[in-house]
Amino acid sequence: MARASLVLLVVLAACALGLVTSQHYARKLFAELEREQAHAKNLEVEYGQLQLEASTWAVHARVERLARDRLHMRPPDAQRLQVLDAPGARGDPR
Amino acid sequence: MKFGDSPVLAPTFPPWRSRLLVTLVAVAFGALAGRAVYLQGWSRDFLQAKGELRYSRTLEIPAHRGRIFDRNGEALAVSTPVKAIWAIPEDAAVAGRDLERLAAALELPREELRRKLADSGRDFVYLKRQLPPETAERVAALRLPGIHQSREYRRYYPAGETVAHVLGFTDVDDVGREGIELAYQDHLAGRPGSRRVIKDRLGQVVEDLESIREARDGRDLVLALDSRIQNLAYAELKRAVAGHRAKGGGIVVLDVGTGEVLALANLPSYNPNNRTRLSTASLRNRAVTDAFEPGSTLKPFTIALALETGQVASSTRITVAPGSLTIGPATIRDAHPEKALTVEQVIQKSSNVGAAKIALALAPATMWAMFDDIGFGAAPRLGFPGEAIGKVRPYKTWRPVEQATMSYGHGISVSLVQLARAYTVFARDGDLVPLSLLKVDTPPPARRVISSRTAESVRHMLELAAQPGGTGPRARIMGYRVAGKTGTAHKQENGAYLPDRYHSSFVGFAPASQPRLVIAVMLDEPSAGQYYGGAVAAPVFARVMAGSLRILGVAPDAPLTPVETPPGALEVRESV
Repeated sequence: MARASLVLLVVLAACALGLVTSQHYARKLFAELEREQAHAKNLEVEYGQLQLEASTWAVHARVERLARDRLHMRPPDAQRLQVLDAPGARGDPR
Repeated sequence: MKFGDSPVLAPTFPPWRSRLLVTLVAVAFGALAGRAVYLQGWSRDFLQAKGELRYSRTLEIPAHRGRIFDRNGEALAVSTPVKAIWAIPEDAAVAGRDLERLAAALELPREELRRKLADSGRDFVYLKRQLPPETAERVAALRLPGIHQSREYRRYYPAGETVAHVLGFTDVDDVGREGIELAYQDHLAGRPGSRRVIKDRLGQVVEDLESIREARDGRDLVLALDSRIQNLAYAELKRAVAGHRAKGGGIVVLDVGTGEVLALANLPSYNPNNRTRLSTASLRNRAVTDAFEPGSTLKPFTIALALETGQVASSTRITVAPGSLTIGPATIRDAHPEKALTVEQVIQKSSNVGAAKIALALAPATMWAMFDDIGFGAAPRLGFPGEAIGKVRPYKTWRPVEQATMSYGHGISVSLVQLARAYTVFARDGDLVPLSLLKVDTPPPARRVISSRTAESVRHMLELAAQPGGTGPRARIMGYRVAGKTGTAHKQENGAYLPDRYHSSFVGFAPASQPRLVIAVMLDEPSAGQYYGGAVAAPVFARVMAGSLRILGVAPDAPLTPVETPPGALEVRESV
């Protein structure tokens, strides 16, 4: 009787320690998950900011100004245009 | 003698003393047990909540507002997190050098800051909102008591003033106030959530207790707008408004196939990123919210109805001599008196007398039904706040002179968007689709208004009108056949027409052989000498149309010969 009790006591202690360890481990993992989620959120925000920046750089008025002033580009005039009739290409170019 | 009988052990105290002691101990135990039962039984929930308060925290989960994109995926409106600095005046003991440093970091005048912090009657006062995160960090580095930060959002519009009226803007709380931002507030708005968690000593979240409210990010929105065309339309309109010293103007570009609004711009405009100097005039989305008397651009609808009912054919000759028509007290005049014109020429040369004569032969009820069918007098239901419905009076109250003037666009008012949409009837072989601000995947079902034969006839007339010999030859572009109609109308103020102020407009489509785009242009009060729609609005139409067709890669349907600006003789002056 006393032996059995002793064994059970040891088992109980082991279980309790196991519980504590796994709880601690779970919390550590959870904290890591939280960190990664916050990181993902930050990346999302940064993506938005980069999109904003890309759009700001790509403002058409700016691109046109650069093309005209720095690259000296201009729309072609009539003499330099030639329209080719490609079969099937007449469709919707959207 | 037995041990127990020893006289030493004989009780010397009176027996009541031990009984008293036992009773007292029993009572004490009873009290303890009672207390335990009370704590565990009755006030358990309260105590547990109190206990959790020591380690659990409620966290706010932020949700951002949806982004707005154009049809090609270019960002038009994006929210990005910024900081708000606020204070609890009672806790904020900021004075001397600290106040100086805080004022410098916030870029606020010192006096204003002091006044805000001195207001001890309030528990909460914003010091400054919508601060960039870097500035907020500098404030946080000062480590001042009673000064706190919270996260909020600021919305940026990279395209600035070009798309201002379509997008609208949000207020400091990221709630839509104008335009799409207001119309699609529910779709765009995010809903911040909150949850309860356990935090450890280091401030890390170690366990999720419960989700109080799920956070929901705002959904993105893809507009029908093509920012390349939008930019072109805005730039050309701006140039024309400046060149003709107009008070304002509007332009609408529609996709004929789907009814999508590819561009919509107004002047004056404003920069939605910096709204410190905002006038009500620049806020108005006049292409949508303002109705005006369109003038001759309405003639094709009268003619279409006359063709449809079999009243006339394209080649029917209408006597317009002597160039004026008197109905009751009013006289309708033509700029160029002619003897007789065919129906085709009435449109080509924009004859008021001709249009009036044709209109007078029509029943008022059918004419009204036509206007109703093409969407005049009803909101275009784009989803914008405050869409103008225009004014089409009930036909029972029409007097003959009113019916006559309505045929050339007086005594009736429409918005520029309604006008552009109505022209899709001719561009689309006689049917009409609902307009859409959002990108459309499958074209919506169309509603037939006139037969395709009538539409084709009117298309031909409109093509004549946009050629030398018509009122709008300046609308021509290289490589494409163009069809369209000019409009010049006196402005109205308090019910009276102003003799020297005009609305100049042009509505048309191209390529005429297989229309892809409808463009409507209107300039308000051009005052640099010229005011005819053919001289003021048609060139804007031409440049925007040429650029847009190139952007969309539409195949030319005319030889690539340069279009020469017609000398005055080629252009027919319009009757106003």
